[in-house]
Amino acid sequence: MTTVIETADLAAAYASGPPALSGVTFAADEGQAVAVLGPNGGGKTTLFRALLGEIAVVRGTITIGDATAYVPQTERSRLDFPVSALDVALMGAYARTRWYRRVTAADRASARAALERVGLADQARTRFGELSGGQRQRVLIARALVQDARVLLLDEPFGGVDHASEQAIMDTLDDLRADGRVLLIATHDVEQARRWDRVLCVRGEQIAYGAPADTLTNAVLEATYGPEIVMLDCGHRAVAIQHHHH
Amino acid sequence: MEILHSGLLQRALLEVVVLGGACGALGVWLLHLREVYAAESLAHAMLPGLVLASLAGVPLLLGATGGVLAVAALIALAARDSRLGSEIAVGVVVTATFGLGAVLALAPDVPVGLDKLLFGDLLGAATADLLAAGALAVIVAVALLAGHRAMTLTVFDPVSAPSLGARPARVRLAVLALLAVAVVAAVLSLGNLLVFALLVAPAAAAMRIGRSVRAQVLLAAALGASAGVLGLVISAELDVAAGGAVALAAIALYLAAGLAGSSRSTARRRSIVEALGAER
Repeated sequence: MTTVIETADLAAAYASGPPALSGVTFAADEGQAVAVLGPNGGGKTTLFRALLGEIAVVRGTITIGDATAYVPQTERSRLDFPVSALDVALMGAYARTRWYRRVTAADRASARAALERVGLADQARTRFGELSGGQRQRVLIARALVQDARVLLLDEPFGGVDHASEQAIMDTLDDLRADGRVLLIATHDVEQARRWDRVLCVRGEQIAYGAPADTLTNAVLEATYGPEIVMLDCGHRAVAIQHHHH
Repeated sequence: MEILHSGLLQRALLEVVVLGGACGALGVWLLHLREVYAAESLAHAMLPGLVLASLAGVPLLLGATGGVLAVAALIALAARDSRLGSEIAVGVVVTATFGLGAVLALAPDVPVGLDKLLFGDLLGAATADLLAAGALAVIVAVALLAGHRAMTLTVFDPVSAPSLGARPARVRLAVLALLAVAVVAAVLSLGNLLVFALLVAPAAAAMRIGRSVRAQVLLAAALGASAGVLGLVISAELDVAAGGAVALAAIALYLAAGLAGSSRSTARRRSIVEALGAER
């Protein structure tokens, strides 16, 4: 297995402020999915922005062997903006298109293929804002595929989607892992985190990293969530009940 | 119609068609970027620049440019005060400069009347104004074509925009600079108060009808030019103020588009239901 992404004692900061996240050391191989677990404001987004090179790394190193794409929460995009699913997928080709040129036919074909891969070929002409939350999430994943990304940073991909859509997104993500792509999945949901190959717990700094069974212990969850979490000991494993406040 | 035989009116028509088209097209992006407040503020706050230029006997275009630059600097300065915040800063600067402009303009020795500065002088369009309008149209067309993708990313998904090749802060700054150029080029003909109508009303109308941004931009340009022609013809036939007639024509087109848009949106609502049904 080839290691695709690796950090060593990473610390990252916004502007001239103190590090918003520090001490992050993890590695992910081809085809692995890593849950990034932590409370709101715990540093999940900070980690992603550091991996994308958008904020300053003040200590440590990042090694990424492949193109990286960010897949945002769908509510963050402007749903009243008149773009179709195909238009959104095509945005993945913008960075390689010079400002005075049109998007190439090859990129158009790649955007159609990406929509087909996430199971939305028949929705290509539909306005993005008219799709369901789960469908929008898959369009944004298609956009990352058009970017030719081998590493996908997904920000709460299951936020606000119903059970059927969740399954469709899971299928898409499994398909991408089978393809050797690396997924980092930010979530604040402990049950969600158990499904993936590795879990990285953060709260301003790295709390733990490893396989879910070894990592998601009572002690680690308490350190990750602090007073925000209520622990219920159900025999062999801890069940976390979180207070949601936004 | 006799309107077409008057040289004065022919120039005014050409001027208002070009300005209406350019302002309409730019307006669509201003509305999508939610910079309407900036548009109104810039237009109003350059008044002292115009009055001072008129007092000093230099070209008004120069005064307008100086006025816009001074306002931009003042807003940037006032917004630094974190107790104020940028919206209040803009409000304070605009009210202060507009008030200053009004006081200056009411002084007896100002050659150009306050009414002309506020409501424009379409019928007085000189060759220099026509050239300024033409240059503006070219600049707006090139900028909107070149910046289409960057503006799309900035509006649609500012969080991911950097990783997709656009810098939202720079894009916004560039659009505001374009807005400043448009306001400077249009203010002498359309007036301090009415240039805003052509920036906002045709764009708002086009956004209710157009199904893609490109369609909206083209439609807004056409509506802006039409509002100009309609307003001028009405003003000539009924002998009312040209700037006011153009502004009212733009609003009338917006209301008409609202009616057309609401009949379309019932059809669209049906397709959302279908989309939800398709997911199951």
